[in-house]
Amino acid sequence: MAQALVLVAHPQLEVSRVTRQLMQRAARLGERVEVRDLYALYPDYWIDVAAERAALAEPRLIVWLQPIHWYGMTPLLRLWLDEVLGFGWAYGPGGRALHGKDLWLVASTGGPQASYHPTGYNRFFFDAFLPPYEQTAALCGLRWLPPLLLHGAHRADEATLAAHEQVFADRLQTHPDWPEMAALTAADGCDVPADARPEAG
Amino acid sequence: MDIPSWLQSSLIYLAAAVLAVPLARLLGLGSIIGYLGAGIAIGPWGLQLVTDPAAILQFAEFGVVLMLFLVGLELEPRRLWALRGPIFGWGSVQLLGSTGLLAGVGLLAGADWRLALVGAFALSMSSTAIGLGVLAERNLAATTAGRSVLSVSLFQDVASIPLLALLPLLALGAAATGGGGEGWGALRALAVVAAILIGGRLLLRPALRWIAGSRTPEIFTAAALLLVVATAALMHSVGLSMALGAFLAGVLLAESEYRRALETDIEPFKGLLLGLFFMAVGMGIDFAVVWAQPLRVAALVAGFLGLKAVVVLAMARALPVPPGERPVFTILLAQGGEFGFVVLQAATQGGVLGSEPAAVLVAAIALSMLTTPLLLVASDRWWAPRVAAAGRSAMAPLADPQAAPVIIAGFGRYGQIVGRLLAANDLAATVLDHSVEQIETVRRFGWKAFYGDATRLDLLRTAGAAQARVFVLAIDDVAQSVQVAQLVREHFPSLTLVARARNVSHYYQLKALGVALIERETLDSALMSARSVLELMGWERHAARNQALRFRAHSIDLMERMAPHFGDEGKLIALAKQGRAQLEAQWAQERAEQRDRQARAGWVADSVRGEVALAPEIGDPADPEQAHQPDRDPQAGAGVDQR
Repeated sequence: MAQALVLVAHPQLEVSRVTRQLMQRAARLGERVEVRDLYALYPDYWIDVAAERAALAEPRLIVWLQPIHWYGMTPLLRLWLDEVLGFGWAYGPGGRALHGKDLWLVASTGGPQASYHPTGYNRFFFDAFLPPYEQTAALCGLRWLPPLLLHGAHRADEATLAAHEQVFADRLQTHPDWPEMAALTAADGCDVPADARPEAG
Repeated sequence: MDIPSWLQSSLIYLAAAVLAVPLARLLGLGSIIGYLGAGIAIGPWGLQLVTDPAAILQFAEFGVVLMLFLVGLELEPRRLWALRGPIFGWGSVQLLGSTGLLAGVGLLAGADWRLALVGAFALSMSSTAIGLGVLAERNLAATTAGRSVLSVSLFQDVASIPLLALLPLLALGAAATGGGGEGWGALRALAVVAAILIGGRLLLRPALRWIAGSRTPEIFTAAALLLVVATAALMHSVGLSMALGAFLAGVLLAESEYRRALETDIEPFKGLLLGLFFMAVGMGIDFAVVWAQPLRVAALVAGFLGLKAVVVLAMARALPVPPGERPVFTILLAQGGEFGFVVLQAATQGGVLGSEPAAVLVAAIALSMLTTPLLLVASDRWWAPRVAAAGRSAMAPLADPQAAPVIIAGFGRYGQIVGRLLAANDLAATVLDHSVEQIETVRRFGWKAFYGDATRLDLLRTAGAAQARVFVLAIDDVAQSVQVAQLVREHFPSLTLVARARNVSHYYQLKALGVALIERETLDSALMSARSVLELMGWERHAARNQALRFRAHSIDLMERMAPHFGDEGKLIALAKQGRAQLEAQWAQERAEQRDRQARAGWVADSVRGEVALAPEIGDPADPEQAHQPDRDPQAGAGVDQR
């Protein structure tokens, strides 16, 4: 049974370096890790909700492996949220399917770390773009783990890439026995009243 | 106890047919030769079970009449009108050409000019019964050869009318025929044809409607037979061809709603009577004449077949009949025909011919009809393959080894779309098609397509199947497609098949061969149409898309679940019903939930649909920021359940 589910969401895997390499490594880790390449599974942007929810049932760790596009999720991952994390299933009354699991963002950016600075062309520290992720995790009762990031992905040399890949693999294999776990508190989830449906507004 | 004679003869004919026809088919000779053989066996020169074949022939000719009625039913007036060129043009070429050639040779051989002319005319007729029978048996009726054989047969029927009228003029010393009587007869004939045409148009359909309204199936059958008998009798009474009359009646009813019902009712009678007709022809061969001068009869048969074949082959070239159809076309039109009997009988009675030469000619015609099925079998074995090979040489099959990574077999409507997308992506593909016309067409559009039959292993090798990675199976013929899939799976296991399935059973056949990538050719286009309908009925475009894609996944899943039960129709139907019920129940529940939510939120149901698949509320259009973001409760901003 898979302990970790790696959801890969790269719209142009054919030009990817980092994501592709990490995905291939994860696929070699054996039964503990299940890799789902969303763009390969749903090239027509039609998501099989039942299959996705079934894949989420067992693993303790959910990994989003993606390049950062326009300061956030790639479109199919965003659609995956829309479709799979339903009201009454992942959040809201009775929505506890993901409660107690961990969510880990593994992302790469094209811009170097220096660009994510008030003086850089991205104007914000990278952390400023993470609240939507963190709150998504909180709403669904997922514990938000510290993201694994690689900035300046296009220019990363082989050694950097290899080290990055190794960290990724080690983490996947040792979860949940990570050194920082003791400092993290479990997510409680957020109570969403039944009449707070988005379309009710 | 005495058996009544009708019972006895029924016994003989039915038993002979039941024994001889399956035997002939078993030997690969076709049913017609079975009937002819049965006729010879029970006739005066065989077991002598039947001694008066002429009487039965008269009755059995009605089979030919029924057959032409059925042919007429298949030809709407519009199509018949379109055939007028071939009928009168090529019909007269065949008839006049053959008659002229045969009469010329007859005169050179020293025959009397009357004998030469009438004999040549009788011999130039071709058997409609055998011709159309063979065409139906070989499924060639819709081909150029098939239409041409029908056209010529029809012309022969038409042409025999004036000929039979002119025969008395040739009679020895019978110069004093009443000219006035002739004119009166022609006028009566015209009146009868006009009556059939007008009556058929105005009265037949209401009459049939009235009879069908009685809801007595056997009376409808009786009416169908009566219709043909009455028309035939009417035509016969004025000396016209009964078969032609039946044909006209058939054409008049070709557009009526009773066409199918008439066909099913008449079909069994036609089959049995035609069989009887062939038996009668077999019985009618006068073997005494043949034994008396076997060489002369043999020479006559061979000679007239050969001479007619020359004319017909020239026609085949000029028409043009495709090379592959020429053997059948030539043999069917070269043989003698039952109408020759009628001409010879009339000529003998009218004193134009002596009974001895007439008997030789009748025997020659009957023998040619007997040899026709044998000639067809022989040509299938020796002539057709050579002609087919020669036809191919007009466009050489793919000979240079190809090395493209993709092979597309079948370059019609389907394969072309695949090919265009590949070409636009700069992917080389080797294109094969077995239709010369198709290849000529796509070559005009700049495609490099090869002529070749993908069911041949050597050709697949030449096309590069051993090195290619993907084989696109876009052939529309189901049997051939399965055959190619089998070949590829067996001999090139590393080649991935991407297949087009014409229908569900084709899909399962390919699946059973281990083909994984199969598309039902109509599924996606039909779903696009369904999307359009949903949109027109008020669904949001994106919601319609989602529903179509969900349905697509459901349909494919159902197909996969049904695959192991292919062949068990009951099980398949049960599974299909179950699948549909599940989908309907699931979607109904989703709609109910949606309604429920909207009701709680105070939504006003859409008047067109009753429910709307979540359109996100658009904010004030003046505010571009808002226009992109649904105005949602910030607390629940992340979660949207689109279903």
